[in-house]
Amino acid sequence: MPIEQALNGATVISWMREIESSVRAQRDYLTQLDSAIGDGDHGTNVTRGFASVVEALNGEKDAPPGRLLILAGRTLVSTVGGASGPLWGSALRSGGRVLGDSPTFDGQQLVEVLAAALASIKELGAAAPGDKTMVDALEPAVDKLRGEVAAGAQPAAALASAAAAAEAGMEATVPLQARKGRASYLGERSIGHQDPGATSTALILRALERAVAASS
Amino acid sequence: MAETKMRKFMNDPANVVKESLAGLAAAHPNLLRYDSAAQIVVRKDAPKQGKVALISGGGSGHEPLHGGFVGLGMLDAACPGEVFTSPVPDQMLAATKAVDGGAGVVHIVKNYTGDVMNFKMAAEDAADDGIKVSAIVIDDDVAVQDSLYTAGRRGVGATVLAEKIAGAAAESGADLTTVSDTVKRVNERARSFGVALSSCIPPAAGKPIFDLPEGEIELGIGIHGEPGRRRAQLGSAAEVVDVMVEAVMSDLKPSRGSQVLAFVNGMGGTPLIELYLLYAEVDRKLRAAGVEPVRNLIGDYITSLEMAGASLTVLHLDDDLLRLWDAPVHTPGLRWGA
Ligand SMILES: Nc1ncnc2c1ncn2[C@@H]1O[C@H](COP(=O)(O)OP(=O)(O)OP(=O)(O)O)[C@@H](O)[C@H]1O
Ligand SMILES: [Mg+2]
Repeated sequence: MPIEQALNGATVISWMREIESSVRAQRDYLTQLDSAIGDGDHGTNVTRGFASVVEALNGEKDAPPGRLLILAGRTLVSTVGGASGPLWGSALRSGGRVLGDSPTFDGQQLVEVLAAALASIKELGAAAPGDKTMVDALEPAVDKLRGEVAAGAQPAAALASAAAAAEAGMEATVPLQARKGRASYLGERSIGHQDPGATSTALILRALERAVAASS
Repeated sequence: MAETKMRKFMNDPANVVKESLAGLAAAHPNLLRYDSAAQIVVRKDAPKQGKVALISGGGSGHEPLHGGFVGLGMLDAACPGEVFTSPVPDQMLAATKAVDGGAGVVHIVKNYTGDVMNFKMAAEDAADDGIKVSAIVIDDDVAVQDSLYTAGRRGVGATVLAEKIAGAAAESGADLTTVSDTVKRVNERARSFGVALSSCIPPAAGKPIFDLPEGEIELGIGIHGEPGRRRAQLGSAAEVVDVMVEAVMSDLKPSRGSQVLAFVNGMGGTPLIELYLLYAEVDRKLRAAGVEPVRNLIGDYITSLEMAGASLTVLHLDDDLLRLWDAPVHTPGLRWGA
């Protein structure tokens, strides 16, 4: 068995930084997706939120990773608004609670963090797979990550497959008719467009892959 | 696709909401104050001991809703989010604390996923602080089917009527249950339908949300510049009002001889001359449908930035609602009898 790499608070901080730079770079694209089937604010919402998260985590370099995730979640709830603020905010808080005060975490714990995040999004938003939401990207990613880690993959490699699963889930939202959120108001007119929340979720998974790869 | 240039009065797109609220407060210091740290608008004399307080909130861009309805006989506080984005729970919690006079606080929430979630989180925090909160969701838009396949009907025009009518109930000393039941009753007895002749330009996006070719109309729009349920050829005002009245009345089904309030609302970019023209059609068609529009409200009250368009809300009145509607109100956006 190879030595399992240790993930820690620094991994969480670099995850949030990676998300921030990636949603900032994709801001206009996310907003354009949200203009087609929503209200054109998703890019601005997540950019504002993760910029605040990076700032909030700046002075917290020595905090345990679970605490950092909870702080990141709280910051999202307090700065984003919209649907994505409470959804991703609660997700990160629930994920953080899984880790408690442990100074490090391993691949299996990472699976539990993301599974708790997914459970919390589904509980708050009551969306099922196929409703054309962020769940359509996150659920396949969590399933993939769980399977790969159980099969003995290192976290970074498992995350590469998980992020690819999120991207496939994101692309699979195009032909779906939205049943949750603003896009559902459009009825059949929501068909043929990619869900903005699923798109930012795929970016969040890719960011995690980069952060974890860099900590090894 | 013809690019529409953004022509807006602003200093910095990021500061539009804050700078506009500063203007609201500067214009109406006798009615309200703007707490820029908490990002809330609060009635000047709040908290009023023993009075049930009403707060509402939602994305900005719908002015005068909600900040313009803070004052006597209407809201005690408003929580404005970014343009078209739900505010955050911190704002609602701060507003709830700022207005609680010990008799409880009613949250008037428009039915949008973001608004409902953020208000829910705030109500949980307020309960932890020992404040009684009753949250009522407004969902009067008949353009959206209330089914498993949607997020449910949107909250639109009935929000203005609920804020006025329940605000009057609270002002007259009604308790928390009565005030929240009043909000519920307005919501149950009101239906709305909106149409658009243009999209609108959120300042941060700088571009219209959709492009509507000349000669076409979006039917069944909400208040966020979004496309409607379907697009059609623009007919005469009489034809458009036929669609609106039919959509609203077939769902509301008031009994013949009922008294109603007819609310013709401008979306921000349609002049009063057209709104009154629409009202002439509405008045005639409601009478022909066997109901009597004994009260009306015509103008821009719940808008979608500079969108050209209008919505119709019909509220089935009863004696109690009529009395509360007529009660004095003094806010930046609505004033009579005081
Ligand atoms: N009930 C839900 N469950 C899970 N995800 C949801 C739900 N509703 C919306 N979403 C996700 O949120 C994304 C939209 O987020 P955004 O930040 O644009 O908020 P919003 O819906 O516009 O909020 P607001 O209406 O307050 O502006 C959608 O693309 C979708 O993925
Ligand atoms: Mg949006």
